[in-house]
Amino acid sequence: MSQSCAPRVRIGPRVSWRGARAKAIGWQLAVLAVAMALVATVAVQTAINLRARGIASGFDFLSRPAGFEIARGLFSFSSRESYARALLVGLLNTVRVSFLGIAIASVLGLSIGIARLSGIWIVSTVSRAYVELVRNTPLLLQLLFWYTLSQGLPAPSDALNPLPGVYLCFRGLFLPAPIWHDGFPWIGVEAPTLAGFGFQGGISISPEFAALLVGLSTYTAAFIGETVRGGILAVGRGQIEAAAALGLSRPHALRFVVLPQALRVIIPPSTSQYLNLFKNSSLSVAIGYPDLMSITNTTLNQTGQAIEAIALAMAVYLTVSLAVSAAMNLYNRATLRRGGGA
Amino acid sequence: MRPAASLATRVPMFADRTNTIATIALGALLAYLAYAFGQWAFVHAVWRLPADAGSLPCRAARGEGACWAVVVERARFMFFGSYPPGAQWRPAVVCLLFVSVYAASVMRTFWSRWLLASWIAVSAAAVVLLRGGWLGLADVPSESWGGLPLTFLLSTVGFTLAFPVAVLLALGRRSTLPAIRTLSVVYIEVVRGVPVMTFLFMAAVMFPLFAPQGFAVDKLVRAQIAFVMVTAAYLAEVVRSGLQAIPRGQYEAAASIGLSFWPAMMLVVLPQALRVSIPPLVNTFIALFKDTSLVIVIGLFDLLGAAKAVIVDPKWVGFGAEVYLFTAAVYFGFCFVVSRFSLRLERELGRARAA
Repeated sequence: MSQSCAPRVRIGPRVSWRGARAKAIGWQLAVLAVAMALVATVAVQTAINLRARGIASGFDFLSRPAGFEIARGLFSFSSRESYARALLVGLLNTVRVSFLGIAIASVLGLSIGIARLSGIWIVSTVSRAYVELVRNTPLLLQLLFWYTLSQGLPAPSDALNPLPGVYLCFRGLFLPAPIWHDGFPWIGVEAPTLAGFGFQGGISISPEFAALLVGLSTYTAAFIGETVRGGILAVGRGQIEAAAALGLSRPHALRFVVLPQALRVIIPPSTSQYLNLFKNSSLSVAIGYPDLMSITNTTLNQTGQAIEAIALAMAVYLTVSLAVSAAMNLYNRATLRRGGGA
Repeated sequence: MRPAASLATRVPMFADRTNTIATIALGALLAYLAYAFGQWAFVHAVWRLPADAGSLPCRAARGEGACWAVVVERARFMFFGSYPPGAQWRPAVVCLLFVSVYAASVMRTFWSRWLLASWIAVSAAAVVLLRGGWLGLADVPSESWGGLPLTFLLSTVGFTLAFPVAVLLALGRRSTLPAIRTLSVVYIEVVRGVPVMTFLFMAAVMFPLFAPQGFAVDKLVRAQIAFVMVTAAYLAEVVRSGLQAIPRGQYEAAASIGLSFWPAMMLVVLPQALRVSIPPLVNTFIALFKDTSLVIVIGLFDLLGAAKAVIVDPKWVGFGAEVYLFTAAVYFGFCFVVSRFSLRLERELGRARAA
């Protein structure tokens, strides 16, 4: 392994080409052998254990009826449907909370990043306090905190009613929804009404979803804020002075001169923050939002197919992560090329 | 180091009027929020409960005052979990040991090989002391370990064990040998591409299937293995960027004095690369420290787990906000202080390199 430390740097006394090559092949074979032995041992041991416990391996369980309900969200699911569909609903829920979270985190993060650099002392201090507070406590703790706050809200019968048709109680947030009629004026509004132990009609947002969305987006926004701040600071002072010399106002200088240049620096690390948000949505297990991880958990508990269920979840998360990373690399290469040509 | 310039100092076209209006408006809002929080957290708060009153005084004050009595009464549980009360000096000593080794690690005077050794020694001492069963100390099974020492233990042992693996992975990723490079890249990218949660579930439900029969691995050990596996991948990327920061001349110099690969790495490259990486290593440690809270989903009671367990008690149901705010303060106190040190180290190292 005499030349393996850094590309094209040879370390060690000069050895014959043949000797170095033999050594390199030897090392690789040794490492591969150890890795394969490890995998084989685990595989054989697992097979023995599975047989002893009478667990049949395979993905047949996916087509069996799930037998559990998923709280009504955007995507309906009944207990007679298959595990495969349950996992799909879980994935869609993950995607839904991730997309909304990313949108909110981007807007909030951009504002925080700009506010961090504000000349108004109180604005920069408040945003700095926010960033430190959020980044130095565990995300799971924040999620539990938001969830516990939602559970401290009044019962449906005494629901808070800040605006007509809007109700807030420990069962969630209920909003009026537009509905379509056949006759004029075609569009109407359906307000939620108190029924039994909850509300019916309109749009409902479950406390689990709300806590997860608020937690994920406020957490990620703090990290994006720091990225934005770094990106703005990376824009040369001359650019800002040039904008001032042109007579651009401060917001215009920010909008047309600083941010477009800062974005090049901001986008790559922001993408990895978006991916973190996507992966962190799996923390929903702790508060019971039915995302991919929660449904995987229920599935493996009910079927005992732990290996298959976890492998499936890992494969899905990994596919999304790698796809986004690959897209990001392409984008970076394109930006670099454009930047280099300009 | 770029001076911390604000946009305002850089853009000298700042309207004073906007500044004043924003300051007053935001100041008023903040003052109001601070007043409301002060009323809740201090003025109307319930600090102590009379004996056999249950949590009634707290329930009476709900919505107006915080119930800090839950924190006062359950503080020992929140810090030490269900560790036998008579023996709680042991987790307390363990916490002190951990804090002192962290303190030594952020002081440059203590940077040497011994620092690595002290992390290993303190981790081992912590396990031995918590476990007991020697010198007349009662044997305490790991199911009873909990609270702050468990959080310290999971993160410190996780970091210490992941570190050598990470160095090997980082060297492997920079290797010219295709098989070794591919294995390292696949491991690092797969682990970083999936949530930590999937690894914890793997530890909880899959590891028992991997082990030989009749050989039950403790749940804490399994969780620990999961954190080591995950942290190794993240640390490997930190070490790799440290390796990249070492100028090629150093590699060539090591080669020219006749060192072969491992001596060159151990004596010349790694000591410099790791020194450069200390600030990002500290940040990774903070991330791991926060991430250990995930063990609550597999039923371990770390600092956050103990807090969550407190409000399951019917007496304290509904006082989650107080309990979580207190727990957050503990986490914040630790992470904030450590991150300040990391920033200071970064500045010092930057200056040392510029000089």
